[in-house]
Amino acid sequence: MMASSYNAKEEDGPHSGSSTHGGTGVAKNKKPDNTAFKQQRLPAWQPILTAGTVLPAFFVIGLIFIPIGIGLYVTSNNIKEFEIDYTGLELGSPCHDCSKNFTWNSTTPCVCALNFTLEQPFESNVYMYYGLSNFYQNHRRYVKSRDDRQLNGDPTSLMSPSKECEPYRTSAETKEPIAPCGAIANSLFNDTLELYYIEPNGTTTAIPLAKKGIAWWTDKHVKFRNPVNDKENLTELFKGTAKPVNWRKPVYELDPSDPENNGFINEDFIVWMRTAALPTFRKLYRIIHKKPSTTSTLPSGRYTLKVTYSILYNSVKAHAVKGQDKAFI
Amino acid sequence: MISPVHAWVLTRFRGNINIYMGNEPVSRSLASQNLLLRGATLKNTEYIYGVAIYTGMETKMALNYQSKSQKRSAVEKSMNAYLVVYLCILISKAVINTALKYVWQSDPNKDEPWYNEKTETERQRHILIRAFTDFLAFMVLFNYIIPVSMYVTVEMQKFLGSYFMMWDDEMFDEELGERAVVNTSDLNEELGQVEYVFTDKTGTLTENNMEFIECCVDGNVYVPHVICNGQVMPGAAGIDMIDTSPGPDAREHEELFFRALCLCHTVQVKEEETVDGIKHGIHQGKSSSFYISSSPDEVALVEGMKRLGFTYLRLRDGQMEILNREDEIERFELLEVLTFDSVRRRMSVIVRSSTGELYLFCKGADSSIFPRVISGKVEQVKARVEHNAVEGLRTLCVAYRPLSAEQYGQVCHLLTRAKLEFQDQDKLVAEAYDLIERDLILLGATAVEDRLQDKAADTIESLHKAGMKVWVLTGDKMETAAATCYASKLFRRSTQILELTTKRTEEQSLHDVLFELSRTVLRHYGGMPRDTSSGLSSEYTDYGLIIDGATLSAVMRPSQEESNSGNYKEIFLEICRNCSAVLCCRMAPLQKAQIVKMIKASKEHPITLAIGDGANDVSMILEAHVGIGIMGKEGRQAVRNSDYAIPKFKHLKKMLLVHGHYYYIRISELVQYFFYKNVCFIFPQFLYQFFCGFSQQPLYDTAYLTLYNISFTSLPILLYSLMEQHINIDILKKEPSLYRDITKNSLLTWPIFTYWTVLGIYDAIVMFFGAYFLFDNTTFTSNGQ
Repeated sequence: MMASSYNAKEEDGPHSGSSTHGGTGVAKNKKPDNTAFKQQRLPAWQPILTAGTVLPAFFVIGLIFIPIGIGLYVTSNNIKEFEIDYTGLELGSPCHDCSKNFTWNSTTPCVCALNFTLEQPFESNVYMYYGLSNFYQNHRRYVKSRDDRQLNGDPTSLMSPSKECEPYRTSAETKEPIAPCGAIANSLFNDTLELYYIEPNGTTTAIPLAKKGIAWWTDKHVKFRNPVNDKENLTELFKGTAKPVNWRKPVYELDPSDPENNGFINEDFIVWMRTAALPTFRKLYRIIHKKPSTTSTLPSGRYTLKVTYSILYNSVKAHAVKGQDKAFI
Repeated sequence: MISPVHAWVLTRFRGNINIYMGNEPVSRSLASQNLLLRGATLKNTEYIYGVAIYTGMETKMALNYQSKSQKRSAVEKSMNAYLVVYLCILISKAVINTALKYVWQSDPNKDEPWYNEKTETERQRHILIRAFTDFLAFMVLFNYIIPVSMYVTVEMQKFLGSYFMMWDDEMFDEELGERAVVNTSDLNEELGQVEYVFTDKTGTLTENNMEFIECCVDGNVYVPHVICNGQVMPGAAGIDMIDTSPGPDAREHEELFFRALCLCHTVQVKEEETVDGIKHGIHQGKSSSFYISSSPDEVALVEGMKRLGFTYLRLRDGQMEILNREDEIERFELLEVLTFDSVRRRMSVIVRSSTGELYLFCKGADSSIFPRVISGKVEQVKARVEHNAVEGLRTLCVAYRPLSAEQYGQVCHLLTRAKLEFQDQDKLVAEAYDLIERDLILLGATAVEDRLQDKAADTIESLHKAGMKVWVLTGDKMETAAATCYASKLFRRSTQILELTTKRTEEQSLHDVLFELSRTVLRHYGGMPRDTSSGLSSEYTDYGLIIDGATLSAVMRPSQEESNSGNYKEIFLEICRNCSAVLCCRMAPLQKAQIVKMIKASKEHPITLAIGDGANDVSMILEAHVGIGIMGKEGRQAVRNSDYAIPKFKHLKKMLLVHGHYYYIRISELVQYFFYKNVCFIFPQFLYQFFCGFSQQPLYDTAYLTLYNISFTSLPILLYSLMEQHINIDILKKEPSLYRDITKNSLLTWPIFTYWTVLGIYDAIVMFFGAYFLFDNTTFTSNGQ
C-alpha cells in the first residue's frame, strides 16, 4: 500500500510543494530498499518445542546412540591392561632394596626383577608404558626449562642455551653449556625395563622391544634435530658441551645399539620432552610388535620384568604399565 | 552601543545606536523590530545596512546551549556493574591461587623437587615479592575472564544494528521523503526500556498544519466548505444556522468580521510569478502565490477568509488590498500595527478605510478579548468558543472599535511618546496598547484546527498498552490540549481527570489540592502493592492529570519558609506515578526539561523518552534518556539535537515496540553470552592450577588465548545479535503488551546474570573434568603415542 502511494507521488513530482527535481531525487534516494535483508524479513526458522515433537526426536536420537555405545563398549572391553608397580616402597617388593639404598650417583645400577603372570594372552601389538605419579611435569618452572632452538639443532643455541634453562644451563664444574639443557632434559626417565617370558619348561626368553615409533612423527622429524655441520660424528658435534647433571651418559650415547637414535632425536628423549599435562601420567616406552605367525604377541604364562634402576624416583611412584593390547586396531 | 538584555530573555532586545553626522552623535533607540534574526530573508528592498551583533559565542543560541551530556544506556550501566563483579572474581581467583600455592609449597619436596630446582636468584627473593609476582602472574593468567572484546563487539553491534532502523521501509515518509535518522547508535537498546514518554503536542501529536474550520459571527456559524461562490449556505453540520438574510445589522457585522480577519494580521504574500500575474493567480485559486507568516494560525485564517470570499491581496504602499465577494478591490490604509505578544495575547491594527473611517481591529485569545468588550453578543460567542475549545480547536476572538479622528490622534500621541522613551519603553508601550485596546465591540470568533497526525491515537494506545506512561507537554492552553488528548486517546472517556491548575489553586491552597489529589489516587490503590496496580491499567480506573505551567513551577519551587513544601514534589510524583496519562499545558521550554529531569530523578529511575519537533523541545530532548526528533515544520533544531529522528509520530510505535524490543533482546543476550563464554574459557584454567602445583602454567596455547575472544567467539554472537528475532515483527506490533516483558532491564537482572555465570562455571567444570577423565589413561593416537 505504501508503494502505491509513493508512485502516485512520483507522478506529480515537481508539482508537489516547492521541492524541485533535485528535491524529489534526494527523496527517492532516501527511500530505503525494500529487500528482505534490510527490512529484517530474512527467512527464519524457529523450532516450536512441544511434547509431540520433542519426545520422538529424543527417542530417535537415543536409539541412534545405543549401537554407537555398544560398539564403544565392546572395543573398550577388548583392550587389556596389565599394570605392575615397581616403586618398591612395600617391604616385600623385590625392588624395595633398590629404592631404599640407591642414590643417583652410585656407579652400579641396581637391578630388580618382578615376576608376574598373564592370565590371558595379549593379541596384536602390545604397547608398554611407564607411568609416574606425583611428578609435576606441568609445573611452570619445569615446562619452561628447555631450549627448543637448541633441540632443533641450532648451533649457537647449542653453545649458549637459553636463559630459561637455569639452573640447568651450564655445568657447575666445567662451565660448559649443557646439551640438552633445562630441567626437563635433566630429569629424563632412564630406568631400563626388560621383559622375559618364562616358558612352561622353565627356559627364559627375552621379548624383543621396539624402540622406534614411540615418538610423534612431527617431533622426531621437525621439532627435534641434531646440530648439523661438516663433522659427521655426533661426538664431535657435541664437543664443548656438558651432559645434564643427572645423566650417566652424554646425549650422543643414549642408544648404544642404534647410532641413528642418538642425540636429540633419541625417541625416548623426545617422548620425555613432551611434557605431561597432569602430575600422574604415562609415557610410551616400547612397542612389542605382533608376530607374523598366528601365535599371540604375548601368550599367557609367567613373565619377568627386569628393572634397572638408574635414577632415583624416590618421591615419585613409578610403575610400568605392561601392555595395552589393541586387538581391534 | 548595545545595552545587553539577559541572554535567556529571547523575546526582547534593547539598545541604542549613535550615528555620527559630523561630530554630533545622534542617538537612536533600537528595539527588537530593528533586529534581524538568523534566517531572516530580505524582502521588498535591494539591500540594508546592518551591524552584526551577538556573534559567535555571544549568540543567544550559544548562550542557551546546553552541553550535550554523554548518554549511557541502562544496558551499559549493568554491563559495567557486571564487569566489577568479574573483576572481583578475577582478583579473588588470583588471591585464592596465590594462597593455595604457598600452602602447597610448604612441603619443600613439592616446592623444589630434585628435578625442578630454582635458580639462586629465585631462592633469594623475598617471600613477599615472590607472593606479589605470583599474584600478578595469576592475574595475567586469568585476565581473559574480563571480556575486553565485548566493548568492541557491542559497539559494532550497535553501529551495524542501527542501519536496520535507517533501512526500515515502514519508517519512511512519503510526503517528506525522509527516513529515520540515527544520530547516536549508543542507545538502540534503550528504546526497548522506555517507561515514560514525553511528547510535545503541536507538530508532534498534531500535524502543525492549521486548517480554518469555522467562524462565528454574533453566534452565527460559518463553515467554509459549505460556502460556494460567495453565497453563504446553511451548513449541514452547523448548529446555530444562520438565516440566508440575516438582516442589515448582522450583514454589516459579518462583512466587518471578514474584513477584520483580512486586515488584522502580519501575513505577507509571497509571489512566485511576476507582478502582473498575481491578481490573476490568486483569483484563480492556484498556488502561484501563497501566504507566509510567523504564525501558521494566521495563514490558516487568511486562507479561510479567502474561501469565504474575502481575499487578502497584498500590502502595497501602506495600503492593504482586499478582494471582496463582489470581486472589488477594497483598499485600507494601514496606520498602526499593535503587534502580538504573549503577555497581551492579542494583536490589533488601525486602518483607515477608503471612505475615511477609522477602525481598530483586534484579534486575540478569548481570555484577553472578553474583558475588554463592551458590546456585542458576548454570550453566544462565548458559548461557541467554549464549544470549539472542547472540540480541540484553536480559537481566536475578533473585535473592533470604530475610532474618531480625535481618538486616533490620541492613539498616535500615546504610541509615539511611548516609542520615543528609551528607559521604560516596553512598559510604556504596553500601557499605551492597554489604553487603546478597550471599549471593543465583539464581532465573533474563529476556530482553527490543528489536525492530529496520522495514526497518532493508535500509537498512543499502543504505547499505553506497552505499559508506558505518556505525558503531553505543551504550551497550549488547557482546554485545547485536553481536547487533543481526548482525540488522541490519551485520555479515554473513562479516565478520571485530576486537575491541578491555577484555577483550582486560586480557590484552595496548593497544599490542600495536592493532598486531596493524592488521597483520591491512593485511596484507590490503597491496600494493594503498586506492581499489581500498574500491571493492567484497563481493569482499574484510569487517572489522568492536568497540570499547568504556573502550578508546576509552584510545585517545583524549592522550599523556602515551610519545611513541608519540599514534600510537594514527592506528593506530586506520587500522583503522577499513579496516573496513566499526564497533560502539562502552558509550559515553557525549560519547564519541559525540568519535568523530564524530575521524573528521571525520582526514586525508581525510570527510562524517559522525549519526542518533539521544535526548537522549544530541544532542552527536553537533551534531558531525557532518549531524545527523538520529529522532522516537522519548525526547523531541524530538534532533529539535530536528538538521538533518533523520525518523520512522523506514528513511527514511534515501530521504533519502540519492534526495534527497541529487538535491540534490547539482542544486546542483553550478547552481553550475557560474553560473560558466559569467558567464564567457560577461563574457569578450566583456574581448575588446572590445582593440578600443576599452582605454577601459573596456562592450560591453553597462547594462540588460543589470543584468538579465542577476537575471532573464535565474537563473530557468531555478533551475527546473532544483529539478526535475532525471537518474535515476529508483526506480532510485536500487534501485541504491544509484549513490551512489558523487557522493561526495567529485566533480561540483565542479577539472577539472570548469576544464572549465566553459574552455567558458565558448570560447563567449564564439565569440559575440564570430562577431558581429565577421558584422557586420564588413554592415548591419543592409534599407535599408542
